[in-house]
Amino acid sequence: MKINEISELQKKAKQIRKGIVTAVYSAQSGHPGGSLSIADILAVLYFNELNIDEKNPKWNDRDRVVLSKGHCSPAIYSALALRGYFPLEDLTKFRNIGSNLQGHPDMNKVNGIDMTSGSLGQGLSVANGMAIAGKLDNKNYRVYAILGDGEIEEGQIWEAAMTASKYKLDNLCVIVDNNNLQIDGTIEEVMSSYPIDEKFKSFGFESIIVDGHNIGEILQAFEQARNTKGKPTCIIAKTIKGKGISFMENQAGWHGKAPNKEQYEQAMVELG
Amino acid sequence: MDYTEKKATRQSYGEALVELGEKNNSIVVLDADLSSATKTDLFAKKFPNRFFDIGIAEQDMIATSAGLATCGKIPYVSTFAMFAAGRAYDQIRNSVCYPKLNVKICATHAGITVGEDGATHQMIEDISLMRTLPNMTVLSMSDDVQTKKVIEKISKINAPVYVRLARLAVPKIYDENQEFEIGKAIQIGQGTDATVFATGVTVVEAIKAKEELEKKGINIRVVDMWSIKPIDEEMIVKCAKETKKLISIEDHNIIGGLGSAISEVLTEKYPCKLQRIGINDTFGKSGKAEELMKYFGITADNIMKIIL
Repeated sequence: MKINEISELQKKAKQIRKGIVTAVYSAQSGHPGGSLSIADILAVLYFNELNIDEKNPKWNDRDRVVLSKGHCSPAIYSALALRGYFPLEDLTKFRNIGSNLQGHPDMNKVNGIDMTSGSLGQGLSVANGMAIAGKLDNKNYRVYAILGDGEIEEGQIWEAAMTASKYKLDNLCVIVDNNNLQIDGTIEEVMSSYPIDEKFKSFGFESIIVDGHNIGEILQAFEQARNTKGKPTCIIAKTIKGKGISFMENQAGWHGKAPNKEQYEQAMVELG
Repeated sequence: MDYTEKKATRQSYGEALVELGEKNNSIVVLDADLSSATKTDLFAKKFPNRFFDIGIAEQDMIATSAGLATCGKIPYVSTFAMFAAGRAYDQIRNSVCYPKLNVKICATHAGITVGEDGATHQMIEDISLMRTLPNMTVLSMSDDVQTKKVIEKISKINAPVYVRLARLAVPKIYDENQEFEIGKAIQIGQGTDATVFATGVTVVEAIKAKEELEKKGINIRVVDMWSIKPIDEEMIVKCAKETKKLISIEDHNIIGGLGSAISEVLTEKYPCKLQRIGINDTFGKSGKAEELMKYFGITADNIMKIIL
Protein backbone atom coordinates (compact mmCIF):
# COMPACT_ATOMS: atom_id res chain seq x y z
CA MET A 1 0.00 0.00 0.00
CA LYS A 2 2.94 2.32 -0.60
CA ILE A 3 1.93 5.62 -2.20
CA ASN A 4 4.62 7.69 -3.88
CA GLU A 5 2.61 10.41 -5.63
CA ILE A 6 2.53 13.62 -3.65
CA SER A 7 -1.02 14.44 -4.76
CA GLU A 8 -2.26 11.06 -3.54
CA LEU A 9 -0.55 11.53 -0.18
CA GLN A 10 -2.19 14.95 0.05
CA LYS A 11 -5.54 13.24 -0.45
CA LYS A 12 -4.73 10.83 2.36
CA ALA A 13 -3.85 13.75 4.62
CA LYS A 14 -7.23 15.29 3.85
CA GLN A 15 -8.97 12.02 4.71
CA ILE A 16 -7.01 11.82 7.97
CA ARG A 17 -8.20 15.36 8.78
CA LYS A 18 -11.81 14.39 8.09
CA GLY A 19 -11.42 11.42 10.41
CA ILE A 20 -9.98 13.67 13.12
CA VAL A 21 -12.84 16.15 12.92
CA THR A 22 -15.42 13.36 12.82
CA ALA A 23 -13.93 11.63 15.85
CA VAL A 24 -13.72 14.78 17.96
CA TYR A 25 -17.16 15.96 16.87
CA SER A 26 -18.70 12.54 17.65
CA ALA A 27 -17.09 12.39 21.07
CA GLN A 28 -17.77 16.06 21.74
CA SER A 29 -14.31 16.05 23.32
CA GLY A 30 -10.72 15.51 22.28
CA HIS A 31 -7.83 17.44 20.79
CA PRO A 32 -8.32 18.62 17.20
CA GLY A 33 -5.62 21.33 16.98
CA GLY A 34 -2.48 19.23 17.44
CA SER A 35 -4.07 16.31 15.58
CA LEU A 36 -4.66 18.40 12.48
CA SER A 37 -1.10 19.74 12.60
CA ILE A 38 0.39 16.22 12.24
CA ALA A 39 -2.02 14.96 9.56
CA ASP A 40 0.44 15.44 6.69
CA ILE A 41 3.27 13.79 8.62
CA LEU A 42 1.05 10.79 9.43
CA ALA A 43 -0.10 10.55 5.80
CA VAL A 44 3.52 10.20 4.70
CA LEU A 45 4.38 7.84 7.55
CA TYR A 46 1.44 5.45 7.18
CA PHE A 47 1.16 5.50 3.38
CA ASN A 48 4.78 5.75 2.31
CA GLU A 49 7.46 5.48 4.96
CA LEU A 50 6.44 2.75 7.41
CA ASN A 51 7.15 -0.91 6.81
CA ILE A 52 4.01 -2.28 8.46
CA ASP A 53 1.33 -4.86 7.78
CA GLU A 54 -2.22 -4.10 8.86
CA LYS A 55 -3.03 -7.82 8.66
CA ASN A 56 -0.24 -8.62 11.09
CA PRO A 57 -0.16 -5.72 13.54
CA LYS A 58 2.29 -7.43 15.94
CA TRP A 59 4.74 -8.45 13.21
CA ASN A 60 8.17 -8.56 14.90
CA ASP A 61 10.01 -6.83 12.06
CA ARG A 62 7.57 -3.94 11.64
CA ASP A 63 8.53 -0.31 12.03
CA ARG A 64 7.25 1.18 15.29
CA VAL A 65 5.52 4.47 16.01
CA VAL A 66 5.26 6.06 19.45
CA LEU A 67 2.80 8.92 19.53
CA SER A 68 4.33 10.54 22.57
CA LYS A 69 1.89 13.43 22.31
CA GLY A 70 -0.85 10.91 22.98
CA HIS A 71 -3.64 13.46 23.15
CA CYS A 72 -3.43 13.59 19.35
CA SER A 73 -4.93 10.11 19.23
CA PRO A 74 -7.64 11.18 16.75
CA ALA A 75 -4.91 11.66 14.14
CA ILE A 76 -3.28 8.26 14.61
CA TYR A 77 -6.66 6.47 14.90
CA SER A 78 -7.75 8.12 11.67
CA ALA A 79 -4.51 7.10 9.90
CA LEU A 80 -4.75 3.53 11.21
CA ALA A 81 -8.39 3.20 10.17
CA LEU A 82 -7.61 4.47 6.67
CA ARG A 83 -4.71 2.04 6.49
CA GLY A 84 -7.12 -0.78 7.30
CA TYR A 85 -6.36 -1.63 10.92
CA PHE A 86 -9.99 -1.20 11.94
CA PRO A 87 -13.21 0.16 10.38
CA LEU A 88 -13.43 3.91 9.79
CA GLU A 89 -16.85 3.90 11.49
CA ASP A 90 -15.09 3.18 14.78
CA LEU A 91 -13.94 6.81 14.78
CA THR A 92 -17.50 7.88 15.61
CA LYS A 93 -17.23 5.93 18.87
CA PHE A 94 -14.01 7.71 19.92
CA ARG A 95 -13.84 8.23 23.71
CA ASN A 96 -17.16 6.38 24.22
CA ILE A 97 -17.51 3.91 27.03
CA GLY A 98 -17.36 0.52 25.36
CA SER A 99 -15.07 1.76 22.57
CA ASN A 100 -11.47 0.65 22.22
CA LEU A 101 -10.53 4.12 21.04
CA GLN A 102 -9.55 5.62 24.37
CA GLY A 103 -8.91 9.32 24.80
CA HIS A 104 -5.21 8.49 24.72
CA PRO A 105 -3.81 5.50 22.79
CA ASP A 106 -3.85 2.07 24.48
CA MET A 107 -1.60 -0.55 22.85
CA ASN A 108 -3.63 -3.38 24.35
CA LYS A 109 -6.92 -2.14 22.94
CA VAL A 110 -6.10 -0.91 19.43
CA ASN A 111 -4.34 -2.76 16.64
CA GLY A 112 -1.52 -0.71 15.21
CA ILE A 113 -0.78 1.21 18.41
CA ASP A 114 2.76 0.19 19.39
CA MET A 115 2.81 1.95 22.75
CA THR A 116 0.35 3.32 25.23
CA SER A 117 0.88 7.03 25.74
CA GLY A 118 -0.71 10.09 27.25
CA SER A 119 1.44 11.27 30.12
CA LEU A 120 3.72 13.65 28.23
CA GLY A 121 7.47 13.30 27.99
CA GLN A 122 7.75 9.51 28.15
CA GLY A 123 7.52 8.42 24.52
CA LEU A 124 11.05 9.20 23.42
CA SER A 125 12.45 6.95 26.15
CA VAL A 126 10.09 4.18 25.07
CA ALA A 127 11.14 4.63 21.44
CA ASN A 128 14.78 4.37 22.57
CA GLY A 129 13.98 1.06 24.23
CA MET A 130 12.43 -0.24 21.01
CA ALA A 131 15.41 0.97 18.98
CA ILE A 132 17.91 -0.61 21.40
CA ALA A 133 15.99 -3.90 21.20
CA GLY A 134 16.18 -3.73 17.41
CA LYS A 135 19.94 -3.28 17.55
CA LEU A 136 20.32 -6.16 20.05
CA ASP A 137 18.36 -8.46 17.75
CA ASN A 138 20.04 -7.24 14.54
CA LYS A 139 16.70 -6.25 13.10
CA ASN A 140 16.24 -3.59 10.47
CA TYR A 141 13.05 -2.02 11.72
CA ARG A 142 12.93 1.71 12.41
CA VAL A 143 11.28 3.56 15.27
CA TYR A 144 9.45 6.87 14.95
CA ALA A 145 8.61 9.05 17.96
CA ILE A 146 6.22 11.96 17.51
CA LEU A 147 6.63 14.71 20.10
CA GLY A 148 4.89 18.01 20.64
CA ASP A 149 6.83 21.26 20.84
CA GLY A 150 5.18 21.95 24.19
CA GLU A 151 5.85 18.40 25.29
CA ILE A 152 9.61 18.83 25.00
CA GLU A 153 9.43 21.14 28.00
CA GLU A 154 9.33 17.87 29.96
CA GLY A 155 12.83 17.16 31.29
CA GLN A 156 12.62 13.45 30.53
CA ILE A 157 12.75 14.24 26.81
CA TRP A 158 16.28 15.52 27.26
CA GLU A 159 17.29 12.56 29.40
CA ALA A 160 16.08 10.40 26.53
CA ALA A 161 17.85 12.56 23.95
CA MET A 162 21.14 11.79 25.73
CA THR A 163 20.33 8.09 25.75
CA ALA A 164 19.47 8.01 22.03
CA SER A 165 22.76 9.69 21.28
CA LYS A 166 24.83 7.51 23.65
CA TYR A 167 23.56 4.33 22.02
CA LYS A 168 23.89 5.78 18.48
CA LEU A 169 20.29 4.98 17.64
CA ASP A 170 20.33 5.66 13.92
CA ASN A 171 17.23 3.46 13.66
CA LEU A 172 15.35 6.17 15.56
CA CYS A 173 13.64 9.16 14.00
CA VAL A 174 12.11 11.84 16.20
CA ILE A 175 9.50 14.19 14.80
CA VAL A 176 8.73 17.38 16.73
CA ASP A 177 5.40 18.87 15.76
CA ASN A 178 6.34 22.52 16.01
CA ASN A 179 2.94 24.22 15.77
CA ASN A 180 4.11 26.83 18.27
CA LEU A 181 1.03 26.64 20.46
CA GLN A 182 0.33 24.96 23.77
CA ILE A 183 -2.67 25.24 26.07
CA ASP A 184 -1.72 28.46 27.83
CA GLY A 185 -0.42 30.30 24.77
CA THR A 186 2.52 30.32 22.37
CA ILE A 187 5.62 28.29 23.09
CA GLU A 188 7.60 31.50 23.66
CA GLU A 189 5.02 32.84 26.11
CA VAL A 190 4.68 29.69 28.19
CA MET A 191 8.18 28.16 28.22
CA SER A 192 10.31 28.48 25.16
CA SER A 193 11.89 25.29 23.87
CA TYR A 194 13.63 27.20 21.05
CA PRO A 195 15.95 26.76 19.28
CA ILE A 196 14.69 23.19 18.93
CA ASP A 197 16.99 22.20 16.07
CA GLU A 198 20.09 23.50 17.86
CA LYS A 199 19.09 21.76 21.08
CA PHE A 200 18.75 18.36 19.41
CA LYS A 201 21.93 18.97 17.43
CA SER A 202 23.84 19.69 20.62
CA PHE A 203 22.44 16.46 22.09
CA GLY A 204 24.03 14.57 19.19
CA PHE A 205 21.15 14.35 16.72
CA GLU A 206 21.01 15.05 13.03
CA SER A 207 18.54 17.96 12.93
CA ILE A 208 16.31 18.71 9.95
CA ILE A 209 13.75 21.51 9.71
CA VAL A 210 10.86 21.00 7.31
CA ASP A 211 7.54 22.54 6.43
CA GLY A 212 5.33 19.98 8.15
CA HIS A 213 2.58 20.49 5.62
CA ASN A 214 4.78 20.02 2.57
CA ILE A 215 4.57 16.36 1.59
CA GLY A 216 7.66 16.54 -0.61
CA GLU A 217 9.79 17.98 2.18
CA ILE A 218 8.53 15.39 4.66
CA LEU A 219 9.33 12.54 2.25
CA GLN A 220 12.81 13.91 1.75
CA ALA A 221 13.44 14.34 5.47
CA PHE A 222 12.51 10.71 6.19
CA GLU A 223 14.88 9.61 3.47
CA GLN A 224 17.67 11.73 4.93
CA ALA A 225 16.95 10.23 8.36
CA ARG A 226 17.15 6.70 6.94
CA ASN A 227 20.50 7.50 5.38
CA THR A 228 21.97 9.05 8.52
CA LYS A 229 24.26 6.56 10.24
CA GLY A 230 25.72 6.50 13.72
CA LYS A 231 23.27 8.94 15.29
CA PRO A 232 19.54 9.54 15.66
CA THR A 233 17.66 12.10 13.59
CA CYS A 234 15.23 14.76 14.71
CA ILE A 235 12.86 16.28 12.19
CA ILE A 236 11.42 19.58 13.35
CA ALA A 237 8.19 19.98 11.46
CA LYS A 238 7.02 23.58 11.25
CA THR A 239 3.26 23.24 11.37
CA ILE A 240 0.06 25.15 11.93
CA LYS A 241 -2.14 24.05 14.79
CA GLY A 242 -5.62 23.30 13.45
CA LYS A 243 -4.25 23.15 9.87
CA GLY A 244 -6.87 22.70 7.16
CA ILE A 245 -9.85 24.21 8.94
CA SER A 246 -9.91 27.99 8.65
CA PHE A 247 -11.44 28.84 12.01
CA MET A 248 -9.20 26.41 13.93
CA GLU A 249 -5.86 27.44 12.42
CA ASN A 250 -3.42 29.01 14.88
CA GLN A 251 -6.01 29.14 17.64
CA ALA A 252 -4.78 27.80 21.01
CA GLY A 253 -8.43 27.54 22.00
CA TRP A 254 -8.85 24.59 19.63
CA HIS A 255 -6.24 22.53 21.49
CA GLY A 256 -8.82 20.53 23.36
CA LYS A 257 -12.26 21.59 22.18
CA ALA A 258 -14.88 19.88 20.03
CA PRO A 259 -16.74 21.63 17.20
CA ASN A 260 -20.51 22.04 17.36
CA LYS A 261 -22.75 20.80 14.55
CA GLU A 262 -22.46 23.96 12.50
CA GLN A 263 -18.68 24.09 12.88
CA TYR A 264 -18.39 20.39 12.07
CA GLU A 265 -20.35 20.83 8.86
CA GLN A 266 -18.27 23.82 7.84
CA ALA A 267 -15.05 21.91 8.58
CA MET A 268 -16.13 18.99 6.43
CA VAL A 269 -17.00 21.35 3.58
CA GLU A 270 -13.59 23.01 3.83
CA LEU A 271 -11.87 19.61 3.73
CA GLY A 272 -13.82 18.81 0.58
CA MET B 1 19.26 -19.53 63.35
CA ASP B 2 22.85 -18.75 62.48
CA TYR B 3 23.36 -15.01 62.79
CA THR B 4 27.03 -14.94 61.87
CA GLU B 5 26.92 -15.35 58.12
CA LYS B 6 25.18 -12.41 56.56
CA LYS B 7 24.44 -11.15 53.09
CA ALA B 8 22.40 -8.20 51.83
CA THR B 9 19.53 -9.06 49.49
CA ARG B 10 20.95 -6.58 46.94
CA GLN B 11 24.06 -8.78 46.76
CA SER B 12 21.92 -11.89 46.26
CA TYR B 13 20.07 -10.01 43.54
CA GLY B 14 23.26 -9.18 41.67
CA GLU B 15 24.40 -12.79 41.82
CA ALA B 16 20.99 -14.06 40.72
CA LEU B 17 21.04 -11.77 37.69
CA VAL B 18 24.28 -13.30 36.45
CA GLU B 19 22.82 -16.81 36.65
CA LEU B 20 19.64 -15.67 34.96
CA GLY B 21 21.55 -13.87 32.22
CA GLU B 22 23.30 -17.09 31.35
CA LYS B 23 20.06 -19.02 31.04
CA ASN B 24 17.99 -16.44 29.22
CA ASN B 25 19.17 -14.23 26.36
CA SER B 26 16.15 -11.95 26.62
CA ILE B 27 17.24 -10.63 30.01
CA VAL B 28 18.55 -7.07 29.82
CA VAL B 29 19.57 -4.95 32.79
CA LEU B 30 19.29 -1.19 33.22
CA ASP B 31 20.73 0.95 35.96
CA ALA B 32 20.96 4.66 36.76
CA ASP B 33 24.57 5.18 37.79
CA LEU B 34 24.30 3.01 40.89
CA SER B 35 25.36 -0.36 39.52
CA SER B 36 28.08 -0.86 42.12
CA ALA B 37 25.55 -0.28 44.90
CA THR B 38 22.62 -2.17 43.39
CA LYS B 39 25.05 -4.95 42.37
CA THR B 40 23.93 -4.97 38.75
CA ASP B 41 27.63 -4.40 38.02
CA LEU B 42 28.04 -8.18 38.31
CA PHE B 43 25.74 -8.61 35.30
CA ALA B 44 27.37 -5.68 33.48
CA LYS B 45 30.78 -7.32 33.68
CA LYS B 46 29.49 -10.61 32.35
CA PHE B 47 27.08 -9.32 29.72
CA PRO B 48 28.18 -5.81 28.72
CA ASN B 49 26.02 -5.83 25.58
CA ARG B 50 22.88 -6.46 27.57
CA PHE B 51 23.58 -3.88 30.25
CA PHE B 52 22.53 -0.25 29.87
CA ASP B 53 23.67 2.45 32.22
CA ILE B 54 21.16 5.22 31.58
CA GLY B 55 22.90 7.67 33.89
CA ILE B 56 21.19 9.67 36.61
CA ALA B 57 17.89 9.64 34.77
CA GLU B 58 15.48 7.23 36.44
CA GLN B 59 12.40 8.37 34.57
CA ASP B 60 14.14 7.75 31.26
CA MET B 61 15.38 4.41 32.52
CA ILE B 62 11.93 3.11 33.43
CA ALA B 63 10.30 4.24 30.18
CA THR B 64 13.23 2.87 28.15
CA SER B 65 12.70 -0.49 29.81
CA ALA B 66 9.03 -0.30 28.81
CA GLY B 67 10.10 0.11 25.18
CA LEU B 68 12.46 -2.85 25.47
CA ALA B 69 9.65 -4.94 26.94
CA THR B 70 7.35 -4.19 23.98
CA CYS B 71 9.96 -5.88 21.79
CA GLY B 72 10.17 -9.07 23.83
CA LYS B 73 13.07 -8.21 26.13
CA ILE B 74 12.80 -8.85 29.86
CA PRO B 75 14.30 -5.79 31.52
CA TYR B 76 15.46 -5.91 35.13
CA VAL B 77 15.73 -2.30 36.19
CA SER B 78 17.55 -1.14 39.27
CA THR B 79 18.22 1.91 41.34
CA PHE B 80 17.52 2.86 44.95
CA ALA B 81 13.88 2.38 45.96
CA MET B 82 13.59 6.13 46.48
CA PHE B 83 14.42 6.92 42.87
CA ALA B 84 12.50 4.01 41.36
CA ALA B 85 9.15 4.10 43.15
CA GLY B 86 9.39 7.80 43.98
CA ARG B 87 11.14 9.65 41.18
CA ALA B 88 9.77 7.49 38.38
CA TYR B 89 6.29 6.80 39.77
CA ASP B 90 4.46 8.24 36.78
CA GLN B 91 6.61 6.28 34.34
CA ILE B 92 5.95 3.09 36.31
CA ARG B 93 2.25 3.83 36.35
CA ASN B 94 1.64 4.98 32.79
CA SER B 95 4.39 3.32 30.75
CA VAL B 96 4.75 0.02 32.64
CA CYS B 97 1.68 -0.90 34.69
CA TYR B 98 -1.12 0.48 32.53
CA PRO B 99 0.17 -1.26 29.36
CA LYS B 100 1.09 -4.25 31.59
CA LEU B 101 4.62 -4.52 30.26
CA ASN B 102 7.12 -7.14 31.32
CA VAL B 103 9.41 -4.93 33.41
CA LYS B 104 11.00 -6.06 36.67
CA ILE B 105 11.76 -3.13 38.93
CA CYS B 106 14.29 -4.36 41.47
CA ALA B 107 14.71 -1.52 43.91
CA THR B 108 17.52 -1.69 46.43
CA HIS B 109 18.21 0.38 49.56
CA ALA B 110 14.59 0.39 50.69
CA GLY B 111 13.59 1.61 54.12
CA ILE B 112 15.40 3.37 56.94
CA THR B 113 18.01 0.61 57.05
CA VAL B 114 19.76 2.53 54.27
CA GLY B 115 21.34 4.15 57.31
CA GLU B 116 23.78 7.03 57.19
CA ASP B 117 22.48 8.65 53.97
CA GLY B 118 19.45 9.82 55.91
CA ALA B 119 15.85 10.69 55.13
CA THR B 120 16.21 11.74 51.48
CA HIS B 121 17.43 8.25 50.63
CA GLN B 122 15.25 6.23 52.99
CA MET B 123 12.25 5.06 51.00
CA ILE B 124 9.41 4.27 53.38
CA GLU B 125 6.46 4.71 50.98
CA ASP B 126 7.30 2.33 48.16
CA ILE B 127 5.15 -0.62 49.25
CA SER B 128 2.23 1.76 49.54
CA LEU B 129 2.85 3.40 46.15
CA MET B 130 3.54 0.19 44.26
CA ARG B 131 0.75 -1.97 45.65
CA THR B 132 -1.88 0.57 44.70
CA LEU B 133 -0.98 0.18 41.01
CA PRO B 134 -3.19 -2.19 39.00
CA ASN B 135 -1.27 -5.00 37.23
CA MET B 136 1.65 -4.68 39.65
CA THR B 137 3.04 -7.54 41.75
CA VAL B 138 4.92 -6.40 44.88
CA LEU B 139 7.49 -8.63 46.54
CA SER B 140 9.77 -7.87 49.48
CA MET B 141 12.86 -10.00 50.04
CA SER B 142 14.03 -11.30 53.40
CA ASP B 143 17.10 -13.43 52.65
CA ASP B 144 19.58 -14.75 50.12
CA VAL B 145 17.84 -17.99 49.18
CA GLN B 146 14.51 -16.27 48.73
CA THR B 147 15.94 -13.44 46.64
CA LYS B 148 17.77 -15.77 44.27
CA LYS B 149 14.78 -18.02 43.70
CA VAL B 150 12.32 -15.18 43.33
CA ILE B 151 14.50 -13.20 40.92
CA GLU B 152 14.51 -16.19 38.61
CA LYS B 153 10.85 -16.99 39.14
CA ILE B 154 9.60 -13.55 38.12
CA SER B 155 11.34 -13.81 34.75
CA LYS B 156 8.59 -16.27 33.85
CA ILE B 157 5.70 -13.94 34.63
CA ASN B 158 4.78 -11.72 31.70
CA ALA B 159 3.82 -8.66 33.77
CA PRO B 160 5.32 -5.85 35.86
CA VAL B 161 6.89 -6.78 39.20
CA TYR B 162 8.36 -4.59 41.93
CA VAL B 163 10.96 -6.28 44.12
CA ARG B 164 12.00 -4.56 47.34
CA LEU B 165 15.61 -5.16 48.31
CA ALA B 166 17.72 -3.82 51.15
CA ARG B 167 21.21 -2.58 51.83
CA LEU B 168 21.47 -4.18 55.26
CA ALA B 169 23.17 -7.59 55.45
CA VAL B 170 20.87 -10.25 56.89
CA PRO B 171 21.37 -13.86 57.99
CA LYS B 172 20.17 -16.80 55.93
CA ILE B 173 16.63 -17.76 56.90
CA TYR B 174 15.77 -20.50 54.42
CA ASP B 175 17.48 -23.67 53.30
CA GLU B 176 18.06 -24.29 49.63
CA ASN B 177 14.99 -26.52 49.27
CA GLN B 178 12.48 -23.89 50.30
CA GLU B 179 9.97 -23.10 47.56
CA PHE B 180 8.45 -19.66 47.04
CA GLU B 181 5.09 -19.35 45.40
CA ILE B 182 3.89 -15.83 44.65
CA GLY B 183 0.83 -15.07 46.78
CA LYS B 184 1.81 -17.60 49.45
CA ALA B 185 3.29 -16.39 52.73
CA ILE B 186 5.69 -18.60 54.66
CA GLN B 187 4.85 -19.63 58.20
CA ILE B 188 7.79 -20.16 60.51
CA GLY B 189 6.82 -22.01 63.71
CA GLN B 190 3.49 -23.23 65.01
CA GLY B 191 3.11 -21.10 68.16
CA THR B 192 -0.35 -19.87 69.07
CA ASP B 193 0.46 -17.11 71.56
CA ALA B 194 0.96 -14.59 68.76
CA THR B 195 1.62 -14.16 65.05
CA VAL B 196 4.22 -11.72 63.86
CA PHE B 197 3.75 -10.80 60.21
CA ALA B 198 7.06 -9.48 58.92
CA THR B 199 8.63 -8.62 55.59
CA GLY B 200 12.11 -7.85 54.26
CA VAL B 201 14.72 -7.02 56.90
CA THR B 202 12.20 -7.32 59.74
CA VAL B 203 11.70 -11.07 59.27
CA VAL B 204 14.97 -11.69 61.09
CA GLU B 205 13.85 -9.44 63.95
CA ALA B 206 10.65 -11.43 64.25
CA ILE B 207 12.57 -14.72 64.31
CA LYS B 208 14.89 -13.34 66.99
CA ALA B 209 11.86 -12.42 69.09
CA LYS B 210 10.40 -15.88 68.55
CA GLU B 211 13.61 -17.54 69.75
CA GLU B 212 13.88 -15.31 72.83
CA LEU B 213 10.23 -15.80 73.76
CA GLU B 214 10.57 -19.57 73.50
CA LYS B 215 13.07 -19.41 76.35
CA LYS B 216 10.34 -17.80 78.44
CA GLY B 217 7.83 -20.45 77.47
CA ILE B 218 5.93 -18.24 75.06
CA ASN B 219 5.35 -19.73 71.64
CA ILE B 220 4.73 -17.48 68.71
CA ARG B 221 4.86 -17.94 64.97
CA VAL B 222 6.44 -15.72 62.36
CA VAL B 223 4.92 -15.24 58.93
CA ASP B 224 7.19 -13.96 56.15
CA MET B 225 4.88 -11.80 54.06
CA TRP B 226 7.30 -11.64 51.15
CA SER B 227 4.46 -11.53 48.65
CA ILE B 228 2.78 -8.27 49.51
CA LYS B 229 0.65 -8.19 46.40
CA PRO B 230 -0.95 -10.63 45.82
CA ILE B 231 -1.28 -11.07 49.57
CA ASP B 232 -1.96 -14.42 51.24
CA GLU B 233 -5.46 -13.82 52.62
CA GLU B 234 -5.86 -17.42 53.68
CA MET B 235 -2.74 -17.30 55.83
CA ILE B 236 -3.78 -14.03 57.48
CA VAL B 237 -7.22 -15.35 58.40
CA LYS B 238 -5.79 -18.70 59.56
CA CYS B 239 -3.35 -16.97 61.91
CA ALA B 240 -6.05 -14.62 63.15
CA LYS B 241 -8.13 -17.66 64.09
CA GLU B 242 -5.31 -19.72 65.58
CA THR B 243 -3.29 -17.17 67.56
CA LYS B 244 -4.07 -14.83 70.43
CA LYS B 245 -2.32 -11.73 69.19
CA LEU B 246 -1.46 -10.29 65.78
CA ILE B 247 1.49 -8.00 65.13
CA SER B 248 2.93 -6.66 61.89
CA ILE B 249 6.43 -5.23 61.55
CA GLU B 250 7.98 -3.47 58.59
CA ASP B 251 10.76 -1.09 57.60
CA HIS B 252 8.18 1.19 55.97
CA ASN B 253 5.73 3.89 56.87
CA ILE B 254 2.90 2.60 59.01
CA ILE B 255 0.54 4.09 56.41
CA GLY B 256 -0.04 1.98 53.32
CA GLY B 257 2.49 -0.75 53.93
CA LEU B 258 2.34 -4.35 55.12
CA GLY B 259 0.31 -3.56 58.24
CA SER B 260 -2.23 -1.68 56.15
CA ALA B 261 -2.44 -4.52 53.63
CA ILE B 262 -3.07 -7.07 56.39
CA SER B 263 -5.63 -4.75 58.01
CA GLU B 264 -7.52 -4.54 54.74
CA VAL B 265 -7.84 -8.32 54.69
CA LEU B 266 -8.79 -8.62 58.36
CA THR B 267 -11.40 -5.87 58.14
CA GLU B 268 -13.28 -7.73 55.46
CA LYS B 269 -12.62 -11.38 56.32
CA TYR B 270 -12.07 -11.68 60.06
CA PRO B 271 -12.26 -8.42 62.01
CA CYS B 272 -9.83 -8.38 64.94
CA LYS B 273 -7.03 -6.32 66.41
CA LEU B 274 -3.66 -5.98 64.67
CA GLN B 275 -0.78 -4.13 66.33
CA ARG B 276 1.31 -2.46 63.62
CA ILE B 277 5.01 -1.74 64.04
CA GLY B 278 6.67 0.49 61.45
CA ILE B 279 7.81 4.03 60.88
CA ASN B 280 5.10 6.15 62.45
CA ASP B 281 4.40 8.59 59.64
CA THR B 282 7.63 10.45 60.06
CA PHE B 283 10.77 10.78 57.94
CA GLY B 284 13.94 8.85 58.69
CA LYS B 285 17.31 10.20 59.78
CA SER B 286 21.02 9.48 59.58
CA GLY B 287 22.60 6.79 61.70
CA LYS B 288 23.71 3.19 61.56
CA ALA B 289 21.01 0.80 60.36
CA GLU B 290 20.89 -1.05 63.69
CA GLU B 291 20.68 2.22 65.62
CA LEU B 292 17.84 3.42 63.43
CA MET B 293 15.92 0.19 63.81
CA LYS B 294 16.15 0.66 67.53
CA TYR B 295 15.25 4.36 67.31
CA PHE B 296 12.13 3.63 65.27
CA GLY B 297 11.25 0.49 67.21
CA ILE B 298 11.42 -2.02 64.39
CA THR B 299 13.25 -4.58 66.54
CA ALA B 300 12.86 -7.95 68.18
CA ASP B 301 12.83 -6.12 71.53
CA ASN B 302 9.79 -4.09 70.55
CA ILE B 303 7.95 -7.20 69.39
CA MET B 304 8.68 -8.86 72.73
CA LYS B 305 7.57 -5.80 74.66
CA ILE B 306 4.19 -5.93 72.94
CA ILE B 307 3.77 -9.65 73.53
CA LEU B 308 4.92 -9.79 77.13
